[in-house]
Amino acid sequence: MAATIETIDTVQSVTDGGYKYGFSTDIEMDLAPKGLNEDIIRLISARKSEPEWLLEWRLKSYAAWLKMEEPEWAMIHHQPIDYQDLHYYAAPKKKAGPRSLDEVDPELLKMYEKLGIPLKERAILAGVELPEGEAPQVAVDAVFDSVSVATTFRATLAKSGVIFCPISEAVKDYPELVKQYLGSVVPAGDNYFAALNSAVFTDGSFVFIPKGVRCPMELSTYFRINARNTGQFERTLIIVEDGGYVSYLEGCTAPQRDENQLHAAVVELVAMNDATIKYSTVQNWYPGDAEGRGGIYNFVTKRGACRGARSKISWTQVETGSAITWKYPSCILQGDDSVGEFYSVAVTTNHQQADTGTKMIHIGKRSRSTIVSKGISAGKSNNTYRGLVRVLPKADGARNFTQCDSLLIGDQCGAHTVPYIESRNATAKLEHEATTSKISDDQLFYCRSRGLSQEDAVGMIVNGFCRDVLKELPMEFAVEAQKLLAVSLEGSVG
Amino acid sequence: MLEIKGLAASIGDKAILRGIDLVVPTGEVHAIMGPNGSGKSTLSYVLSGRPGYEVTAGTATFEGKDLLEMEPEERAALGLFLAFQYPVELPGVGNANFLRTALNAQKRARGEPELDAPAFLKLARAEMKALSMPDDMLKRNVNVGFSGGEKKRNEVLQMAILKPKLAILDETDSGLDIDALRIVADGVNSQRGPNFSAVVITHYQRLLEYIVPDRVHVLSAGRIIRSGGPELALELEANGYAAIVAEAA
Repeated sequence: MAATIETIDTVQSVTDGGYKYGFSTDIEMDLAPKGLNEDIIRLISARKSEPEWLLEWRLKSYAAWLKMEEPEWAMIHHQPIDYQDLHYYAAPKKKAGPRSLDEVDPELLKMYEKLGIPLKERAILAGVELPEGEAPQVAVDAVFDSVSVATTFRATLAKSGVIFCPISEAVKDYPELVKQYLGSVVPAGDNYFAALNSAVFTDGSFVFIPKGVRCPMELSTYFRINARNTGQFERTLIIVEDGGYVSYLEGCTAPQRDENQLHAAVVELVAMNDATIKYSTVQNWYPGDAEGRGGIYNFVTKRGACRGARSKISWTQVETGSAITWKYPSCILQGDDSVGEFYSVAVTTNHQQADTGTKMIHIGKRSRSTIVSKGISAGKSNNTYRGLVRVLPKADGARNFTQCDSLLIGDQCGAHTVPYIESRNATAKLEHEATTSKISDDQLFYCRSRGLSQEDAVGMIVNGFCRDVLKELPMEFAVEAQKLLAVSLEGSVG
Repeated sequence: MLEIKGLAASIGDKAILRGIDLVVPTGEVHAIMGPNGSGKSTLSYVLSGRPGYEVTAGTATFEGKDLLEMEPEERAALGLFLAFQYPVELPGVGNANFLRTALNAQKRARGEPELDAPAFLKLARAEMKALSMPDDMLKRNVNVGFSGGEKKRNEVLQMAILKPKLAILDETDSGLDIDALRIVADGVNSQRGPNFSAVVITHYQRLLEYIVPDRVHVLSAGRIIRSGGPELALELEANGYAAIVAEAA
């Protein structure tokens, strides 16, 4: 057998793995009827006892959405989505108040275990006290379907003035903050999916870092889509005042399903003067089976506003899941000397489709941005980087560096790079570099001749390829992400 | 003991090895010399299991186990090591991580306890010191940006750490200056002992001044046409391959 053919075959056997997190947890659900109309939106708002202004905002968003069309410019293909065939609200039934950790459903705790949430965090979720003097490292706001059922570390965070809670609670407890910032970065009518989210979002995280405060720990949310046929509409809002700092991580896995699930999240970040936000994502939603059936449709709008001078927003994402990924975490660099960063690893296998990238909008003087994108395609998948770098007339001395690398595994996948560059300022300096490569037979054989299995060799080469991005992840999660990369390209060994 | 009997192999339709017979007893170092295109590298690849070669006849066993039935990584765990003529670059993969992963994969396959990071670093540093290699070699990416000499030294370092029972060195001397050649030779010589054997593939006699072989074999057109003691290498150096090839024909 020719070496290249054998490699393709073996890599196919390696990449055609079962989804390792395909399980479903049996918890009683509180479902709204299928379909989307004003009544459903009123129901969602009522279930959450929301103030009138928020209901109005939702209804306005819904009206805008009705007039919009689903975007078609991305390099993705899917069956039409029937928006009337989805449930827009699902909440786990609770026996007692959500704040009592003892009341957390044991099924849920079991699920955390399966998800691999670190023992210490599980213990905290289960209500176990930390030994004296042991500093907690990670705070988890666990979003189980649409309602946050447990939030940890809140007391520790509160001591430093940090607010970290479900956004539904923030609406009640900090209405002025939410009202001021919600939709200020991603307006309700920004795009089709953002409008939909604004109309029906159920929950998500809210983070507020006051002036001069460095958040004492990583903040982390584990998402999980659980209810059958339930659209998931997360809404996250992070505000960091002057000189503040926060590092936030979201990571997710989903149970195996045979029906497509729609996910349209919105994340808004606001960084004031000298503020820094580091937002890291490890995404591992069900990608569909080897033939491409099922899997999550992930249409996400993520945007950060560097409003203040010297502010910095850094997006790091490791995307291995979903049938369709449509996602462009962006930075609006309004402040002078503000910094935007985008580090991305996107892995597609089988029939997965990813159209992902970023937008860097340079408005402030000497604003700088860095884009490092690593796309890995295997099987019959398609992986597209789509990025926009726009320099507006006042952005004197703006700089951008873009590096787009694609790695192909096999000969039936596609990698595409679509950079848009618009400069309206003559002093701006923009650089774009792009490469495409394949995992070579020589590399695989070299690794195997040293004792590594085929899967370990692929994992190691892929992790090496992604190193520049992985090193941007917080330490605790870098290891997890490395494993995830190896696992997503691994077969059920053999 | 490595035992090769009537080994024939081809790439596609092209026959490269046409019946190799070779026995390398445990503890011995054998040199294989021969002109370009005689099948030297193919022999090393077939023994280590590189995909793309079809074995059409013959057997190859190591310690009584059928090598040709095994995956490359299984041969590695059994104790086979190939020092590449052209070591491969692995961008973004740190040398230390690569080596520790490889060592532990082999140990796992053999049912031995694995080494944790501190224990591995201790071992690696000791081996590097013995080979007069700078510490930063461990931190660099595998062979990326290495000079030709550094790549070969890195192969020898890997050998020193993985401690194979049988090493095949495929033209490890090519592109080396005298100092590097000596370091490489020292690395091989330091492994020599009753439980280590090696097949040293080379064009030139020069390397064999530093790694003195027990036996020398001449490979031509896919067959071993002559075998002898270390003096055979000197004869080759003096008279060239043509004379021996003509004599064997």
